[in-house]
Amino acid sequence: MKLTDREIEILEILEKDALLSSDSIAKMIGLNKDETEEIIKKLQDEKIIVHYTTLIDWAKVDNYQGVTAMIDVKVTPKRGVGFREVAERIYRFQEVSSVYLMSGAYDLSVTVEGKSMNEIAQFVSEKLSTLDSVVSTTTHFQLKKYKHDGSVYDSDQNDNRIVVSP
Amino acid sequence: MTKTKEFVAESVQNMRPSGIRKFFDLAANMEGVVSLGVGEPDFVTSWSVREAAILSLEKGYTSYTANAGLLELRNEIADYMENRFHVKYDPKEEIIVTVGASQAIDIAMRAIINPGDEIIVVEPCFVSYVPLVELAGGKAVTIETKPEHDFKLQPDQLKQAITPKTKALLICSPNNPTGTQLTKEDLQGICDIVIEHDLLVIADEIYAELAYDIQHTSIASIEGMQERTILINGFSKGFAMTGWRLGFCCAPKEISHACLKIHQYAMMCASTPAQYAALEALQSGMDDVVQMTKDYRRRRNYIVSSLNEIGLDCHIPGGAFYAFPSIKSTGLSSEEFAEKLLMEQKVAVVPGNVFGKGGEGHIRCSYASSMEQLQEAIKRIKNFIEK
Repeated sequence: MKLTDREIEILEILEKDALLSSDSIAKMIGLNKDETEEIIKKLQDEKIIVHYTTLIDWAKVDNYQGVTAMIDVKVTPKRGVGFREVAERIYRFQEVSSVYLMSGAYDLSVTVEGKSMNEIAQFVSEKLSTLDSVVSTTTHFQLKKYKHDGSVYDSDQNDNRIVVSP
Repeated sequence: MTKTKEFVAESVQNMRPSGIRKFFDLAANMEGVVSLGVGEPDFVTSWSVREAAILSLEKGYTSYTANAGLLELRNEIADYMENRFHVKYDPKEEIIVTVGASQAIDIAMRAIINPGDEIIVVEPCFVSYVPLVELAGGKAVTIETKPEHDFKLQPDQLKQAITPKTKALLICSPNNPTGTQLTKEDLQGICDIVIEHDLLVIADEIYAELAYDIQHTSIASIEGMQERTILINGFSKGFAMTGWRLGFCCAPKEISHACLKIHQYAMMCASTPAQYAALEALQSGMDDVVQMTKDYRRRRNYIVSSLNEIGLDCHIPGGAFYAFPSIKSTGLSSEEFAEKLLMEQKVAVVPGNVFGKGGEGHIRCSYASSMEQLQEAIKRIKNFIEK
């Protein structure tokens, strides 16, 4: 779908900060509020804006139980449907937070979230590797998140500028 | 008893302290201040640039460079000036790497001024111009630009300010503090008079990268001007490198040689790690400049539109990162407004009068801050005005 420069600009602004009011966005790009809201609604209707989310550093929350694993999955694609059918079978599991088709040594990169390593191990051995098309899996557990979707966790980058300068 | 003060040169005793200093002292010890008073980018220098400086240190490049700067850097600067601004300079003879654009202005003044020479300074302007002219023994003749002309120097004003003693015109576009950008047509009108009266121009184009609606036109690119222009630029604003202190000046060979004489005695050369950083900035940093400019443009639109909405008239500045709204509707002077705003709402701005003639009745609001900070500042300024 071909978008106008204004529409692309709204996407760039929202991608960085979804909390900005439509009034502020309107001022930033020189439109009025109604026009801006109309464009945003159109982008949502077209599923170009898929949804809005909040990035949370769960590691800071005491007793929060959560483990993330990235799994390299080799599969046998099926005639006619390629990788899509097996990708669908995988992403329908609610434990799966992302599925990407990759170039290189394996086919699908699957991110799985669970309460414990055990839970994920169980998911991989019972649900994922038993799928017909899955040839092999390699599971990598995440130990710590430093940066995610462009945001640095625990950034110590403060505004060090002096308050008034020429 | 020794009167210590008498040791200080008269020229310095008589020098007006920067009005910005006062606000810095007031704001520095306050908690929770939202600052629109900062004259530098809120972006940190790109990592690839910082990394290049670290690498230069690891490799042990810690000695002096040539007085005029690393030839490699001057070559890059020459390419950059030609590609970006269509002005061609000889990197061996016509470019000097300086300690910020500020030092470039200083050596330019000292290289051209004979005692009593008049330098025309267009105000409101950066706070250092008049003191630097005077320190070099010149006389600053100031012209006041008007909001009704979008703070653009009018050719007639220039004509009237010229006397037999006039040596040069010092001009800054895009401008600090007004954000005004001179178009090619504006410049042509000025250059016609400059050429007619055989004057020199010192052009501070440090904000050249930060032009939001039309591309920056360098005054040196206008026909007949390069031979009579000292062009000053640097890495501070466009490349978010203020603390590195790295600028440069480009000028015809004879003038450049004169500037270099002063530079080699007074400074030797600019900092070596900073020069390696600047080299990387020119080689790989342009994408970041484009991204930063995009962000500034949106923030400019936001702040100008918001200021007008809350009743502070503001023209749309073409470049730099300052809005310069009128506060005349409040009945307060610039300093009263800025001081009360700081005390009551904890928003720091710079009163317009510190930038010279024509600044009174205005405040400088820097939009080199996050949207979050800008929104908060606007909210507080609105509260302040409505009270």
